[in-house]
Amino acid sequence: MLKRAQALFLSLLSLVVSLPALGSAVVETSTRQLNMPQGVTEVSQAAYDIHMVMVWVCTVIGVGVFGFMFYVMYAHRKSRGAVAENFHENLVVELLWTIVPTIILIVMAFPATTALLKVYDTDNPDIEIKVTGYQWKWQYEYLGEGVKFMSELNTSLDEVYGREPKGEHYLREVTEPLVLPVGKKVRFLVTGNDVIHSWWVPDFGVKRDAVPGLFTSGWAKTDEPGIYVGECTELCGLGHAFMPVVVEVKEEAEYNEWLAGKKAEAAEYASTIGKQWSAEELMVRGEEVYERSCAACHQSNGEGIPGVFPALKDSPIALGPMVGHIAVLIDGVAGTSMQSFADQLSEVDIAAVVHYERNAWDNNVGDVTQPLDVLNYKQSK
Amino acid sequence: MAHGPATLADGWKAYISRWVFTTNHKDIGTLYLWFSFAMFILGGAFAMIIRAELFQPGMQLIKPEFFNQMTTMHGLVMVFGAIMPAFVGLANWMIPLMIGAPDMALPRMNNLSFWILPFAFAILTSTLFMEGGGPNFGWTFYAPLSTTYAPESVNFFIFAIHIMGASSIMGSINIIATVMNMRAPGMTYMKMPLFVWTWVITAFLLVAVMPVLAGAVTMMLMDINFGTSFFNAAGGGDPVLFQHVFWFFGHPEVYIIILPAFGVVSQIIPTFSRKPLFGYSSMVYATAAIAFLSFVVWAHHMFTVGMPIAGELYFMYATMLIAVPTGVKVFNWITTMYKGSLTFETPMLFSIAFVILFTFGGFTGLMLSIAAADMQYHDTYFVVAHFHYVMVAGAVFSGTAAIYYWLPKWCGKMYNETMGQVQFWVAFVGFNIAFMPQHFLGLAGMPRRYADYGLQFADWNMVSSVGAFIYGGAQIMLLFNVIMTIRNGKPVADEKVWEGAEGLEWTVATPAPYHTFAKPPQVK
Repeated sequence: MLKRAQALFLSLLSLVVSLPALGSAVVETSTRQLNMPQGVTEVSQAAYDIHMVMVWVCTVIGVGVFGFMFYVMYAHRKSRGAVAENFHENLVVELLWTIVPTIILIVMAFPATTALLKVYDTDNPDIEIKVTGYQWKWQYEYLGEGVKFMSELNTSLDEVYGREPKGEHYLREVTEPLVLPVGKKVRFLVTGNDVIHSWWVPDFGVKRDAVPGLFTSGWAKTDEPGIYVGECTELCGLGHAFMPVVVEVKEEAEYNEWLAGKKAEAAEYASTIGKQWSAEELMVRGEEVYERSCAACHQSNGEGIPGVFPALKDSPIALGPMVGHIAVLIDGVAGTSMQSFADQLSEVDIAAVVHYERNAWDNNVGDVTQPLDVLNYKQSK
Repeated sequence: MAHGPATLADGWKAYISRWVFTTNHKDIGTLYLWFSFAMFILGGAFAMIIRAELFQPGMQLIKPEFFNQMTTMHGLVMVFGAIMPAFVGLANWMIPLMIGAPDMALPRMNNLSFWILPFAFAILTSTLFMEGGGPNFGWTFYAPLSTTYAPESVNFFIFAIHIMGASSIMGSINIIATVMNMRAPGMTYMKMPLFVWTWVITAFLLVAVMPVLAGAVTMMLMDINFGTSFFNAAGGGDPVLFQHVFWFFGHPEVYIIILPAFGVVSQIIPTFSRKPLFGYSSMVYATAAIAFLSFVVWAHHMFTVGMPIAGELYFMYATMLIAVPTGVKVFNWITTMYKGSLTFETPMLFSIAFVILFTFGGFTGLMLSIAAADMQYHDTYFVVAHFHYVMVAGAVFSGTAAIYYWLPKWCGKMYNETMGQVQFWVAFVGFNIAFMPQHFLGLAGMPRRYADYGLQFADWNMVSSVGAFIYGGAQIMLLFNVIMTIRNGKPVADEKVWEGAEGLEWTVATPAPYHTFAKPPQVK
């Protein structure tokens, strides 16, 4: 504890001594980072530069104003025998401290404008990626490549609730990161599926709101491979803190290899959809999917949260006909926070989770839901 | 002189009737002040729960859904329940005394505008005990999280907001009517104390924007219950429309909170500098300029929402401009102290801390106005730190200063100066330990409204929580100090109370009699 306090004090001291140097420790997950990261793109650099300009302008003005104020508080105190004068106006001074700040602001408007133009320079990308915010995960779609996947928090609830020690990457790990190549201009088209989220990668200087029904765009181009972690920055419900953004930037060859692998995966998946799955296989996979995608609301024990999220244990839908159960997952329930999972989960995953919900927590319906049942329902619409 | 107010000696029935049916501006001011303090403690308790949960990474005490209710209720209760009514209470007490009026212009409406408030907050707080919990969508309640995805109690929330809005509008109309019609002979507009001026301008802001808030929540009500799609993209509506409407209310709202605080500080600093306020007329114009600008900068809260660049540039430039009149005010306060004869009683300490910390919050506000940098600051703890410097060190510090400053006039007894100064230093130190590290957290990447966070944010969160508990403790000290003053404070007989005090409120007897200025004073 004492050591920590010492370290904190030292880091504060270093802030005073060398403000500009701090940002250079890129991607460091230091607990003592005090300043905005410089990041690895032109945009993040521009944001950092204008931020530092503002910090210094404010510091200089602040030192001047507060310095004068402290002098007055020292020199003109009654206990030192100060006698009040009676002046209360001075046109020149008053004009001066209106005009001078205005000029400072006009001067600062130039770099501020240049920096903003950079943020908005989203034209002519090499790669376009659609980013969709879901409660509470991100979906990445590589436009024109046929590659699409969900990226969800990979930290267990046991770690969150202190039943297990917290790992080094606590709340900074996902099932599958967004993968980008170096040296290519990537445009992100950001939208939301349910409520508003916001997709933020500090090291890219990209923060764009994910608004349902709208697309917002940002861009990044970096030459530095690495893993960059960001967050959701718009309150989106109870999982708001639990949907990090993780981006892995790879060398181009590695990226191409990865992309080819993803395409092959998609092709392979299409061929296994007709396979008959055993009840045991479905239970195992279903539990995984449930914990990842359903338990945040309906809870691991299937009992939901009374008044907000209905229980699945003994629920008429889980105990009723299978088609009705599949329909809830594919279509969602209008006017509630039960969203459609048709685009989020594969047919296999939907079949597995439906099977799990129908047979876990003493629901014991006993039927077996196959991916083909899900596909048939989708096609029947 | 009419009969005096009922006291406990007249029996419980008479005493309760006095407070329920009172039309006396001083009684209503007192009611507002005690109510707002109760709400301040309630909102503070919510904040303590938040900071206790954030003391360490991981969920220890509460679940995320309750955490979200706490952040929402903390914001709503503090903004609508604590700060705004506190300044309405000060206005009720002080404006008639300052302009030489016997009472407010519309005393019965005054009673109504207070007495609907407890019901509004009873309704709002009761949602926490409803099935599904209370509002959990942040005090800015962005749709569709607050419509399609809201708990059912949202209808009670909407009703509560409507009542609060009605109360504010009535209070404002009353202040405007009082100042326009009831000034003593010779009290021209440009002779009014600055507190009165800032409140008149605030009242106009309130009358202008409260109906906009009412419109926003009414559209929510329609979307939730009657199948409209104002904010529902699937029905042809636009979630961003909600943000535009909300911030058209919300940005003037932050000036509604801070302008009366400016007024209070502009009364106190001259008193303890024993020197008239420097640049009175430029203070008035600066206040009006800030109020005007507050209407045309709202979308700087929405830089990441995907506005076209022309919109971003306009809102950035307009926002930067606010620094000019705000700077004028700060310079005026400091120049008022310059070549004065300064003493540092508790109200002065809080006022000086106000000037320093509010200016600091102003600097971060200027940084936030730079759209390209705001892409990094937006919705992080940097913003949380910024607005707590402005709201807490701004509005709450000045409210505390006002209580110490006018308490002797109100109850005829002097507070304990040592206890007051100790309370100041505890509050000052606690506040800065709580909120300074939040700047670092935000810059390092911690978003606001997070129930849990990665290990890299652990250290500063722990520091911030410790500071928050200290600051919370300082409020208990304030309550204790006020109660001790009322019960056993040293009596004050001097009408002026403070050596350097100027203005009509210091010409009436101490404690201020139940009825004052039955005959209007002459102002030269």
